[in-house]
Amino acid sequence: MTPIEVERLEAAYDIEPALSGVSWRVEAGEFWAVVGPNGSGKSTLLKTVLGLLRPRSGDVLLFGRYPARFREWRRVGYMPQFAAGATAHFPATVREVVALGRLATKRFPRLRGRKDAVAVEETLKQFDIADLADRPIGDLSGGQRQRALLARAFVNRPDLLLLDEPNAALDPASRDEFYALLRRLHREAGATIVLVTHDSAEAGRHANRMLYLDRTVVFSGTFQDFCRSPEMAARFGAQSQHVICHQHDCPERRP
Amino acid sequence: MKDALEMLRFAFVQRALVAGVFVAIGCGLLGVFLVLRRQSMLGDGLAHFAFGAVGLALLLDLAPLALALPLSMLAALAIFLLPERAGAQADAAIGMVSAVGVALGVLLASLGGGFNVDLFGFLFGDILAVGAGEAALSAGVAAAVILTVTLAYPELFAVTFDETAARVAGIRPERWRRLMAALSAVVVVLGIRVVGTMLVSSLLIFPAAAALQCRRSFRGVLALAPAIGALSVVGGIALALILDAPAGAATVLLNALLFVAALLARRLRRR
Repeated sequence: MTPIEVERLEAAYDIEPALSGVSWRVEAGEFWAVVGPNGSGKSTLLKTVLGLLRPRSGDVLLFGRYPARFREWRRVGYMPQFAAGATAHFPATVREVVALGRLATKRFPRLRGRKDAVAVEETLKQFDIADLADRPIGDLSGGQRQRALLARAFVNRPDLLLLDEPNAALDPASRDEFYALLRRLHREAGATIVLVTHDSAEAGRHANRMLYLDRTVVFSGTFQDFCRSPEMAARFGAQSQHVICHQHDCPERRP
Repeated sequence: MKDALEMLRFAFVQRALVAGVFVAIGCGLLGVFLVLRRQSMLGDGLAHFAFGAVGLALLLDLAPLALALPLSMLAALAIFLLPERAGAQADAAIGMVSAVGVALGVLLASLGGGFNVDLFGFLFGDILAVGAGEAALSAGVAAAVILTVTLAYPELFAVTFDETAARVAGIRPERWRRLMAALSAVVVVLGIRVVGTMLVSSLLIFPAAAALQCRRSFRGVLALAPAIGALSVVGGIALALILDAPAGAATVLLNALLFVAALLARRLRRR
């Protein structure tokens, strides 16, 4: 089943639409980067897909169901831009945070069982944070914290992983590590990934598909197509486009 | 100290200890969620509102708690609905409800004339005067809070840690927010008998803040905060009996001391 289908979507927080005329389809196994400038509607698109924001018009389907009627949340892993509790003062260990992801597999009362404990321990090992399991999340470095939050999103082995600017606060080394982990999840676990980021250059290096938004779809396709696109050349300027594509070894831009 | 231990024989001291400890347990548990969600002043707002509700009960010659409990629960709901439905800021909603309560209390005290002394008893608390019914009610409410927090622990933790991700996990945060607000209203109204409307928010804030200084795990903080609250109430009652001082004020100051001790202990651990 197609993980995400969006048809002629219009979404708004107020009178002015944040998104309009957006059609987009994410097939199983794809790794999409959703890019665009600040205020272009990237996070809004994610919110409508997750049912956190009701579309003004158009259709959004998550695994073939409207998000408001979708119940199989264990199939979806989500990492928001900010987690209120991922601060220095919040009293939660890494193990407790990762275990939160298991709630999507249950109904009230969502009491933890042996299966949950096993899934949490396996995920801690998979994400190389088993040695941090009993440390408060607030004591971790930015990179370790993001790793723990990604582990929480991945603990149910979801079919679809949605990440909203997860690397915004990371230094370059932590960012590289984070992307390496994402690529591994995509390659080895076959997860469908949608990564929202404002960094087009970085996104092109890791994702195999790009959606460029500016309140509507400006570009949708492979990174190679992005490098060939005259619309993108016009938007970025040929020089910038060259830099983005050359940096990331796009065949179209090789001398 | 010997005198204080001997006073344990008296029924009014036993009732005070039962009511105080159970209210402190309820407040300690709920306070952790309120402090972490930056809603510490909810207790203050509800207590001020309850002051007005008690005034109304005295004017109508009704049992104060019988009227203050449901009205304070409605006020708690209003505090959560004003931001959700009317776009008011959360702290402004608390301020509005709080002001209405105090204004109502002052107005009714003026109209009632003869019950001013009773009303001021609720302002500063009188734990040594609690009846058997109130002590039993406190125990029942504490049991309800413990049961709720135990059963709904995953949801409450998830909503406190990250509301958006909790929603994506199929949890509806607004339901749990309202439940916590209603329970907070109940413990605050019962807490008024322990330390009074002026100080009851300290039973919510200090134990949670002290437990957070010793923080490692969420479960650990949830276990520690009620224990700190209960210890301060027992100590406060003991001090009141030894020094012939107001128990409410002694409890709050002991709470503050425990917080400072936890703060210093954390600093020392870090060195």
